[in-house]
Amino acid sequence: MSWKRKDLLGMQDLDAAEIIGVLDTASSMKEIAAREIKKVPTLRGKTVVNLFYESSTRTRTSFEIAGKWLSADVINFSASGSSADKGESLLDTARNIEAMSPDVVVVRHKAAGAPALLARHLRCGVVNAGDGAHEHPTQALLDLMTIREKKGHLEGLNVTIVGDITHSRVARSDIYGMRKMGITVTVAGPPTLIPAQCQELGVKVSHRLEEAIAHADVIMMLRLQHERMEGGFIPSLREYSRVWGLSLAKLEHCRPDVLIMHPGPVNRGVELAPEVADSPYSVILDQVANGVAVRMAVLYMLAGSKGA
Amino acid sequence: MNRLIKGGRVVDPAGGTDAVQDVWIADGRIHKVGRGLKAPAGAETVDATGKVVCPGFIDMHVHLREPGFEYKETIASGTRAAAAGGFTAVACMANTFPVNDNRAVTDYILARARVEGVVRVYPIGAVTRNLEGTQLAELAEQAEAGCVAFSDDGKCVMNAELYRRAMEYALPFGVPVISHAEDCDLGHGAMHEGFVSTELGLSGQPAAAEEVMVARDIILAELTGAHLHVAHISTAGSVRLVRDAKARGVRVTAEVTPHHLLLTDEVVRSYDSSCKMAPPLRGKRDVEACLEALVDGTIDCVATDHAPHALSEKEGEFAEAANGIVGLETAVPLLLDRLVRPGVLDLPTLVTRFSTGPARLLNLPGGSLAPGAAADITILDLERTWTVDPATFRSRGRSTPFAGFTGIGAPWMTLVGGVTVAS
Repeated sequence: MSWKRKDLLGMQDLDAAEIIGVLDTASSMKEIAAREIKKVPTLRGKTVVNLFYESSTRTRTSFEIAGKWLSADVINFSASGSSADKGESLLDTARNIEAMSPDVVVVRHKAAGAPALLARHLRCGVVNAGDGAHEHPTQALLDLMTIREKKGHLEGLNVTIVGDITHSRVARSDIYGMRKMGITVTVAGPPTLIPAQCQELGVKVSHRLEEAIAHADVIMMLRLQHERMEGGFIPSLREYSRVWGLSLAKLEHCRPDVLIMHPGPVNRGVELAPEVADSPYSVILDQVANGVAVRMAVLYMLAGSKGA
Repeated sequence: MNRLIKGGRVVDPAGGTDAVQDVWIADGRIHKVGRGLKAPAGAETVDATGKVVCPGFIDMHVHLREPGFEYKETIASGTRAAAAGGFTAVACMANTFPVNDNRAVTDYILARARVEGVVRVYPIGAVTRNLEGTQLAELAEQAEAGCVAFSDDGKCVMNAELYRRAMEYALPFGVPVISHAEDCDLGHGAMHEGFVSTELGLSGQPAAAEEVMVARDIILAELTGAHLHVAHISTAGSVRLVRDAKARGVRVTAEVTPHHLLLTDEVVRSYDSSCKMAPPLRGKRDVEACLEALVDGTIDCVATDHAPHALSEKEGEFAEAANGIVGLETAVPLLLDRLVRPGVLDLPTLVTRFSTGPARLLNLPGGSLAPGAAADITILDLERTWTVDPATFRSRGRSTPFAGFTGIGAPWMTLVGGVTVAS
């Protein structure tokens, strides 16, 4: 396939052919994980900088493993808090990193639009690893890859995303990506956690969990941030868990082949009952495994396909 | 000193004039306006053929940043920007450091303006001490020192009881209380709440954040009989509230900024912080309502909310960037090209909203070319083409969402007290 982008900033930018291209590349990369020697020379001599302004174990590690299996040099640059707290502006940090000639910068930042800002100022490729409540494209790609693996196809499926849609970059990227692949998306949550004019994203909105998941092929449960109570979005975790948490009892009315997904980390007992997280419906660990493959594909397409 | 501005189209809505006439200035005042005036010996003649001669434009909502934030703007740079933009007077907001909440600061601003300023500067005093919203500032002394209005602009006085007292206390001074209507609990989002904020994942503030405060303040103005002026009105709901209140006879006036007349939240898609200000850019229906209200007089005047910042405060992440853009040097050209040229607004109405409107509601001299008035004059060239280039601004602020815009029609000459301050 031909990949012409310098950056991967969001699913909103991609078309269906590009998405399929990434998924196919990722599927072929997946085999590397099964090898005894998990290393191919594809990105030898290339430098990948993980620039994480927000704490993340899973995503950063996933990108790091992806880069290393492709033989790239991976440098982790963690900065806690905002760039302003450190006294160095995001752009200054970017200029400094640029001076070190990386091939790809993977950035996570609490501010929506921060990767776009970096991409405008950096000659190297920029991968958005999550910006505020905006986008998290590699998460959407690994979700699509997992669904395609399990269901064999994407078009015509029903996916229900449950929880805090307002503050979720995963929800946005999933919605954009899934809509482009012909999936019908329903979002469900208390009205306080559904953003303004959400229907215009091309999704159905439901305020009743049972109704929203009844016909779903896939249920994507989002993590509920504990601080949402302080913002007055929900009264208590206890009530949220009772109304919006997924239990085995609620699953009884769902399709027998339903898949349960979660971008992690799971709040066991809040959005997901432990027995659901560990049930055969759950494909949460497949998502994690596919995350490495998707990130290998993305790094390869941004850094490798230009030729060494 | 005598000057004769010859052959221009004189648009003086206060005097009902729109005709080619000459304007004779003597000793800094309008001496006579009429056809074929003969200049006395020694008078300098300004050939204004093909130009439009108007009463001086007044921007009643400007942040000059001095004292305290001279790295953003000074009285010298801000008033030069005003003159270049066609303004003969500005009213400056109180959020300086120290805050203009006492007569010493008011005196300082006026003294600096006399020395450094090139246009008239009218300070606006704070409503509450240090803009903290907890205790009244010394309004009587500030009025005595020359404050032409009271406002905690930039912050909303959330305590309704205190705001009621401020309105009452200000009654004897005959000056308006200017409301920055923005409920700070509802209104903490980085941009307007709507489909664009949902797509961008930026926290949104609903139009209601403004409207609940406009409604509250109108009710308080009704209770107290005070003159309420609503700063930078930006939503269809606020417009409706002001229109209804005016119809009921409440003493309420309102201003709108050029950016709220010309841009919607769609431009925020770039995450460019030069699109970030308070109130935020709104939706299409809000823009249409503001335009309609400017035309029908529900909105009394255009004001820029010129709010300069240093580049470092504006160039970073959208959510963390400072609120505010500059406006003094773009307002008149933008509205001439985008509103007057296509016929959305006729020229005399634009002149009214830029001069007579603010002069009347702040009780300022100006806003007319009647004999005896100070010769504060804005002359427009409706044929002049322009491109907005922030690098050429006189203001120290450079952040504007209009960079690169082009158009036709701009200020040609600005006179304060008969003296040319920009041309």
